[in-house]
Amino acid sequence: MTEAQSLPLYPHRHLLGIRGLSPVDIELLLDRADAAVSISRQSEKKVSTLRGRTQINLFYESSTRTQSSFELAGKRLGADVMNMSVASSSVKKGETLIDTAMTLNAMRPDILIIRHQSAGAAALLAQKVGCSVVNAGDGAHEHPTQALLDALTIRRAKGRIGGLTVAICGDILHSRVARSNILLLNALGARVRVVAPSTLLPSGIADMSVEVCPTMAEGLKGADVVMMLRLQRERMAGAFVPSVREYFHYFGLDAKKLQVAKEDALVMHPGPMNRGVEIASEIADGPQSVIQEQVEMGVAVRMAVMEALLDPRRNQDQTA
Amino acid sequence: MSITVFERARIVDPSRGLDEVGTVIVDGGTVVAAGASALNQGTPDGAVVIDCTGKTIIPGLIDARVFIGEPGGEHRETIASASAAAAAGGVTSLVMMPDTDPVIDNVALVEFVLRTARDTAQVNIFPAAAITKGLDGHEMTEFGLLREAGAVAFTDGRHTIGSAMVMRRALTYARDFGAVIMHETQDADLASSGVMNEGLYASWLGLSGIPREAELIPLQRDIALARLTRGNYHAAKISTAMSAAAVAKAKADGVKVTAGVSVNSLALNEHDVGEYRTFFRLAPPLRAEEDRLAMVDALRDGTIDIVVSSHDPQDVDTKRLPFSDAAAGAVGLETLLGVVLRHHHNDEVPLLRLIDAVSSAPARLFGLPGGTLKPRAAADLAVVDLDEPWVVREQDLRSRSKNSCFEGARLQGRVLQTLVGGRTVFQA
Repeated sequence: MTEAQSLPLYPHRHLLGIRGLSPVDIELLLDRADAAVSISRQSEKKVSTLRGRTQINLFYESSTRTQSSFELAGKRLGADVMNMSVASSSVKKGETLIDTAMTLNAMRPDILIIRHQSAGAAALLAQKVGCSVVNAGDGAHEHPTQALLDALTIRRAKGRIGGLTVAICGDILHSRVARSNILLLNALGARVRVVAPSTLLPSGIADMSVEVCPTMAEGLKGADVVMMLRLQRERMAGAFVPSVREYFHYFGLDAKKLQVAKEDALVMHPGPMNRGVEIASEIADGPQSVIQEQVEMGVAVRMAVMEALLDPRRNQDQTA
Repeated sequence: MSITVFERARIVDPSRGLDEVGTVIVDGGTVVAAGASALNQGTPDGAVVIDCTGKTIIPGLIDARVFIGEPGGEHRETIASASAAAAAGGVTSLVMMPDTDPVIDNVALVEFVLRTARDTAQVNIFPAAAITKGLDGHEMTEFGLLREAGAVAFTDGRHTIGSAMVMRRALTYARDFGAVIMHETQDADLASSGVMNEGLYASWLGLSGIPREAELIPLQRDIALARLTRGNYHAAKISTAMSAAAVAKAKADGVKVTAGVSVNSLALNEHDVGEYRTFFRLAPPLRAEEDRLAMVDALRDGTIDIVVSSHDPQDVDTKRLPFSDAAAGAVGLETLLGVVLRHHHNDEVPLLRLIDAVSSAPARLFGLPGGTLKPRAAADLAVVDLDEPWVVREQDLRSRSKNSCFEGARLQGRVLQTLVGGRTVFQA
């Protein structure tokens, strides 16, 4: 990837969240990802940028798309990829996160990808291990590669991010995707709206640099991008919203609600979708949907992130 | 026993409203006299005279909320190690919480604690017994027998009693024995899975919040029940401006309510959690800065009667975890005085009120000896340099657990010598 190697050096060792990244850092990752897209579109989908490097995927929460996306990204860059299956490992025997991390660290990986149900788990790991750490989702805190792949999808479709109006709809309260996206979109100058029933909004949301909209009609009006969030099944029946039926009626994305957005508005979803809960099938599969592109961009973004963190220009002297 | 004379010390004794330069005479285990005129009869023959110029003598601190791991969690703290930490902090008496394994909910456990304390501790250990058996919030313990055995108060420790009926009966029954019900309030449903103060900061960190109302709602219930039963109620650790207002109103209405605050809630706020620093995961959680300031105001005006360390030793196995999975609590016996003195150095709370809140007031509230330098009182006292700066270092802590919120903190005011019953138990 000659284009990528002419890019400036990425200044961070870990990717723990969007917070702490400058707009320049974010643009740099997006530029690198743009270049990586072409690799996956060739018939020969493998380069040697990370040949000889070891990547460990440590997923405490089950995940199909994120884990396979990271795995493919590593393999396409030539890295040796190991998946730590938590379900059948010593974690089940009561080993703590730190002890597992120290054990893996002793095997001298170059990069650890972690997903964990507790906020702050990736940051904790980064303090204890000698390699780079990528947060693949920690509790309700952040999911930075998701926000980056969303941004890349938007930028490729719209040509820019600054000045766009983006509506993020659904379970903001529990969503790490929402937090990372709010940070990233604001950093790049987009206008962010959030649309949700008040029971699914976090405390202090009005101070998170977003416009809070109580209805889809208000939130989607004139929007360039509509991002739907997944509503977890256990939160549907009575705890946060009374029923799936009522939720879909007010907050599910269907053709009628989408009408008030711009005609060429993008429809996005981080997956996996609950069809008929937060999004109607006709919309998910419709012409405005870029949900499949998001998945494709996911691989490119993860390739870009791992390349940037393991840039040989910086890592040559880092033997620890 | 020998007579010791501490000369030219500044003597601060809140039990007598006394703050003057003078002499403290200790004969054996008791104070003979303390004050400007203590030497009226001349220096006693054969006395050891210690010049305390520039130093201050205060009644030994009484820490009314201390969690100890013995029995059941000796790797975290034993009665002996807690006692050593207390002595170094100028704490001459402590009230031990019943959250042990097994729980201090029967006479045998109270006797075990007192026996172990007699054999291994250098400071006075006063056990508090559980309000309900096993701290499960249902069946009352034997208040009368426990009190006779030596339990100084009743509390369910870290647990909040959910049932208003159980609380009503406990307050009513305890009244017959003149016992105080000491209660930490947090509504379990409302607090739910919360791990820090609810608000913008928790939201960005992706951590579940605990609303202030989770503390207030059971507190208001308890105040109403204290009014109904005329029982003695002590709100163990309030942390919010709303709770302070509720206590102030109850006191104005003549309800027999007193309140305590953890030194952490006086000194720290939610931003100290930083990037998921688990040593700052506390119960109640660290609140917003305006709540902290309200705690300082309430301490100054007497709405809050006492300050406690809420010493709660936790090992790496319970703290070296992601924030939500870590245990709440921090050690504090050794830093209590230094941290409290910040409010003296900042001119926020008068020195007499501060020392009262950590010595004389807890003695009054729970009927404990100590907290005074009046003649014939036990010689439980601390010689301190109010101005000496020092840095809290993990390796200097005597507690078996090192989970201090003040590691690396610069404090002003240091304990030089601690006496319990006239015997020196700590010397810097």
